Amino acid sequence: MRILKLMFKNTLRHKLRTSLTILGIAIAVMAFGFLRTVVTAWYAGVEASAANRLITRNAVSFIFPLPLAYRDKIARIPGVETVSYMNWFQGVYIDKNQFFARMAADAETALEVYPEFIVPPDQLEAFKRERNACIVGADLAKQYNFKIGDVIPIEGDIYPGRWEFVVRAIYQPRDGKVDGTQMWFHWTYLDERMKQEMPGRAGEVGWYIIRIHNPADAARISEQVDELFKNSRAETKTETEAAFQQGFIAGTNLIIVLLNFMSFVIIGIIMLVLGNTMIMSARERTKEYAVLKTIGFSGGHLTKLIAGESLIISIFGGGLGLALTYPIVGMFSLFVPKSWFPIFYIEPSTIVLAGTAALLVGFIAALFPIQRAVRTSIVDGLRFIG
Amino acid sequence: MKSIQASFDIPVLNNISLSVSEGDFLGLMGPSGSGKTTLLNLIAGIDRPSNGKVVVGGTDIGALSETALAKWRATHIGFIFQFYNLIPVLTAYENVELPLLLTSLSKAERKKHVEFALQVVGLADRMYHYPKQLSGGQEQRVAIARAVATDPTLLVADEPTGDLDKQSAEEILTLLERLNKEFKKTIVMVTHDPRAAEKAHTVRHLDKGELK
Amino acid sequence: MKIPLKYTIRNFRTRRLTTAITVIGIALVVFVFTAVLMLAAGVRKTLVATGSTENIIVARKAAQGEISSIILNDTYNIILSLPQVAKGSDQRPIASGDVVVIINLPKIGVDGGISNVTVRGVSPAAFTLRPQVKIVEGRMFNWGAREVVVGSSIAKRFEGVQIGGTVKFGGDAWTVVGRTEAGGTAFDSEIWGDVSQLQDAFSRRGAFSTITFRMTNPDWVDAIKKAFEEDNRLQQFEPKTEQAYFEEQSEFMAIFISVLGIFITVFFSVGAIIGAMITMYAAVANRTVEIGTLRALGFRRRSVLAAFMTESMLISLIGATIGLFIASWLQLLTVSTLNFGSFSELEFSFTLTFDIILSAFIFSTLMGITGGFLPAVRAARLNIVNALRSA
Repeated sequence: MRILKLMFKNTLRHKLRTSLTILGIAIAVMAFGFLRTVVTAWYAGVEASAANRLITRNAVSFIFPLPLAYRDKIARIPGVETVSYMNWFQGVYIDKNQFFARMAADAETALEVYPEFIVPPDQLEAFKRERNACIVGADLAKQYNFKIGDVIPIEGDIYPGRWEFVVRAIYQPRDGKVDGTQMWFHWTYLDERMKQEMPGRAGEVGWYIIRIHNPADAARISEQVDELFKNSRAETKTETEAAFQQGFIAGTNLIIVLLNFMSFVIIGIIMLVLGNTMIMSARERTKEYAVLKTIGFSGGHLTKLIAGESLIISIFGGGLGLALTYPIVGMFSLFVPKSWFPIFYIEPSTIVLAGTAALLVGFIAALFPIQRAVRTSIVDGLRFIG
Repeated sequence: MKSIQASFDIPVLNNISLSVSEGDFLGLMGPSGSGKTTLLNLIAGIDRPSNGKVVVGGTDIGALSETALAKWRATHIGFIFQFYNLIPVLTAYENVELPLLLTSLSKAERKKHVEFALQVVGLADRMYHYPKQLSGGQEQRVAIARAVATDPTLLVADEPTGDLDKQSAEEILTLLERLNKEFKKTIVMVTHDPRAAEKAHTVRHLDKGELK
Repeated sequence: MKIPLKYTIRNFRTRRLTTAITVIGIALVVFVFTAVLMLAAGVRKTLVATGSTENIIVARKAAQGEISSIILNDTYNIILSLPQVAKGSDQRPIASGDVVVIINLPKIGVDGGISNVTVRGVSPAAFTLRPQVKIVEGRMFNWGAREVVVGSSIAKRFEGVQIGGTVKFGGDAWTVVGRTEAGGTAFDSEIWGDVSQLQDAFSRRGAFSTITFRMTNPDWVDAIKKAFEEDNRLQQFEPKTEQAYFEEQSEFMAIFISVLGIFITVFFSVGAIIGAMITMYAAVANRTVEIGTLRALGFRRRSVLAAFMTESMLISLIGATIGLFIASWLQLLTVSTLNFGSFSELEFSFTLTFDIILSAFIFSTLMGITGGFLPAVRAARLNIVNALRSA
């Protein structure tokens, strides 16, 4: 259709201006995509949560332990399949800036409740056999060049002293949503040393991970668990894994607010850049629009013409921006240690959102020039001198 | 039948009544600021009288809505400007095709119309040139082709030779004359060039808003 | 000869809308830039103000924060016997062995959720060590009782911690008997109680998290560090001035916010620069004849370049001023977040410093220069004859 052709030809009138505008939109859309990806990374733990896992922790806060004795009591609740447990070990590897999750886990059950951590059977056997063996994620192994048989020395803080763990297994995350930067070692190894060095802290479990048969029972089982230990010295709080992860993020709400606010600002900036271009173009063409009206084009036709031009620019800019988002996110992952943002990938919804934003901006940026073009009378328009 | 009946009383034009018969070639003369262009704009339906009436071919165009008026212009009026006002990014062919886009003609039919119109104005060989690549006289001929492409009943020309050299002006006037005679177009032309006015059948003078 | 500034300003008026849009774009970018830096400065300022340079805080070397540090009773006694520890009028050391834990409390509000709050068990000398902590409502907790006093920002944001309320932790209910104010420091975001009561409740008898003491002379920091290095019973522990210790807790958060913010604002600024460039190119294109006339009158290329650069920089400076003005209102805002350094809630305000204002202006000037340079060069390069003819 000719009108479409005219739209395209119009965008090419000021090649420099149009290219700059497209570039501006592209960069803004890319920044938007990047920001949303950071937000996604923030919620990665929640996203990766399984519906059939419950977490039981001390009701006071996660830094307080629970007795190991709770394990068997929880296991007796109908609907519970497996009960596993972990302790947050932390400690310092090399220096305090090397951050990754270091945990003591029940070697027998941990991989049963976390099937998304994929370990070759022979490595799993080797890990289970050796008391100070550990298992590391593939991403972590890549970052620190860990190989099977390597010894990882760690200076304990929560559990003081010097610790050494032998890498006996490397797990592969099942997909991009699974954290590949964790390190687990035998809970029994931790407990043995505690028995010797700090007997008061033996038999302590950081939190329980409960695999349930039917996700629909989550609420009932959670209640039953907490009921079991009510009024004991260590009351529990049981919730779905997703809620537990959400609780961790809730405190950092400010960052999320900040990121969201910035995504709005960036959309505002795209709007200003494109709006500016459209206003200028429409202003320069005031006379032409009057001629078109004289020929018999109506306000509706002009609306299509201007909105179409604006949309063409925003589609090109948006498309280029989306195409640029991938390399930028890739670059960010290269420079930032994997363990800071274990999960960092572009979600399809981010692409949809960024694309929609660009289109919407295309429409809105055209509103003002359309209004001007439609309102200006032919007589004034013909008399207009740019 | 009377093609145009106009009577109004607005700031620039004092209580003016004008009728133009179908097939007429009317020249409107007068010094600048006399209201010629305003009168022309009223007839072409791109301006509206604050009071009074403009009836063209039986339609009271003052009573039409914006959209209806645009539609009316598309079918009944061909407008020729002093500065041609071609769209610079479109070729001669595409410029002439513009008004046809508003009709229900198929692409092939549009092509026939455009080619015919360009033939009439003698520019069949310049179809794919851009306005920049044409001389002023040629640009004005493309503009005339654009005005007649939809086969309107009324051609309205505002100083069509005002920006042209003598020879080109002559060509344009001959073309207008031919359109009037051969194709039976009613033409209203504003001019202050006496040579242009000579070609018209009827000449009216407008001075200080009064028609003589 | 210079082209008068008046010319530039008059030109803004003729292209009002476009100029305004460009100014708004730059103002937005400067606003985000400033707000992010103010946030980082706020975290840092709060934590720097928390610690005193006259106090030394001792924690386990490997510990990432107070909560993961453990100091046993015998070490505590060794530290208190150091000669650099100041003594009060009662001849007892001005020192507090603190127990620091985190508890979860529900936030006030419909969907406030829960968040981490620091509970600090202190020794009586703590109030001498940290004189900024004052009871402003209710009374001091009784030593030996399961009572606590609550920092103002905690009392404001969390449920059940107002005076008369009870908080359940460590198998007991603790009565809130007073509210403290600590002059906008991190102690405003803490709950304090008797250290021995807390040790008892959490079965941590004989173990502290950190030890804070007053130095007899603030210049003795290095001597104290040396004493720790030389005593092999103290080698696992690290003394720092209290101010340095708390400042370090702000590091991660402040750096995280700044890096993320600056990364983002750089992208934003590219958008704004492009906007400015479009505006300036249009300004040049629209004034081609004018430029030709000015040149014909005898103005040099350099003057034309300068006039357009001035125009672009003026746009960005006006934008910066507006952005800064709006951002300065953020100072009235107090926000709270989980501080990664202590893993608990910290309240602080956006803080505008001179450095931030300066950075914002430098940043915006750079945007103006980058956006205006190419168009200004195009203007300066115009050929007089062609420019005059382009009407």
